[in-house]
Amino acid sequence: MAKVATFVVMLAFWVVLSGMFDGFHFSLGVVCCALVAIFSHDLLFFGGDRRSWVRGVIGLILYIPWLLWEILLANLHVAYIVLHPRMMELIDPQLIRFKTKLKKPLSQVTLAQSITLTPGTITVDIRDGEFTIYALTKEAAEGCPGSMEDRIAKALEDR
Amino acid sequence: MDQFLLAGSIALTLLVIPTLYRMIVGPTILDRILGGNMIGTKTTVLLLFIGALYDDIGMFVDIAIAYALLNFIATLAATKFFLRRRRLFFKDEITASEQEGRS
Amino acid sequence: MNLIVGVLIVLGILIFAIGIVGILRLPDFYSRLHAAGKSDSLGSILIICGFALYNLHDPSLTNVLVSLKMVFIAMFIFLASPTATHAIVDTALILGAEPWKKEKKEKKEKKRP
Repeated sequence: MAKVATFVVMLAFWVVLSGMFDGFHFSLGVVCCALVAIFSHDLLFFGGDRRSWVRGVIGLILYIPWLLWEILLANLHVAYIVLHPRMMELIDPQLIRFKTKLKKPLSQVTLAQSITLTPGTITVDIRDGEFTIYALTKEAAEGCPGSMEDRIAKALEDR
Repeated sequence: MDQFLLAGSIALTLLVIPTLYRMIVGPTILDRILGGNMIGTKTTVLLLFIGALYDDIGMFVDIAIAYALLNFIATLAATKFFLRRRRLFFKDEITASEQEGRS
Repeated sequence: MNLIVGVLIVLGILIFAIGIVGILRLPDFYSRLHAAGKSDSLGSILIICGFALYNLHDPSLTNVLVSLKMVFIAMFIFLASPTATHAIVDTALILGAEPWKKEKKEKKEKKRP
């Protein structure tokens, strides 16, 4: 199952990248994708059954528009801080730690990337489900992780 | 539209110069790596501008993909490289603390 | 169509400019990363989406594939930019670079894991 899924993803990728549909190039692509699918099918779809993968993909697609909106807010926040004439009084960098309740590695990584992309915080480290966050302002430190964790849990975690 | 694209690419090229300042002056090595990463992202976008100006965006988009991949790998490799070289990073501080410990 | 493309590209260049003002003005390395990571990802995504739209003015199969490639670049930058930020800040903490603090009087204990 994982082999077929890897093959389909690779072939779609090949078609997008090459853009030629004559017999020679397409058969070359099929051979290459088959080799990749046979030898490294456990790299792309590891663990989990089919249902959880389908749910994860749908959840990610639903999650990304909200994330884009958050990135827009993050950039406005950065612009406000950076263009403020008395910037030094606004910022107050600090390190904070918190435990997450997310279990799957994929959702933990998604949370880390989202934290990096949202206002005023970047992820430093994840170790055993404990996140280290570097926050630019005090408000950002207090408002972390906020509603993001619940959204990711709804989108990606198995229930 | 061509005028607009030309203006955009000139603006992007001008934006590279302050980043280059941070890359040259930057107090630590990691500042320089960060500057290199930002210049790489701008170059990826600039390649698309060049492709649109030459009306051959299908070719330049491949170069842009290669450049984006290379930029990411270069950043990771540079950070990994300096992970083991604390002496290079803290050259001044280490010599200062050694002198303090001796006296 | 051209109007949307122009607005996207101008917005992207403005966001790049904000990021560059950020890395020039902010006091230390960690806070520079904030400005750099965020503005880089959003700015490049906006400009690349603008070009993907610009390329679709005569929708043939080749042009649609080229636009898909551009969307792929945008997705890749969307993934790679936070990862690069994370790698840099992780290296900085392991090396023990000291974060800038508001009160600079008390000397902080250095982290050496």
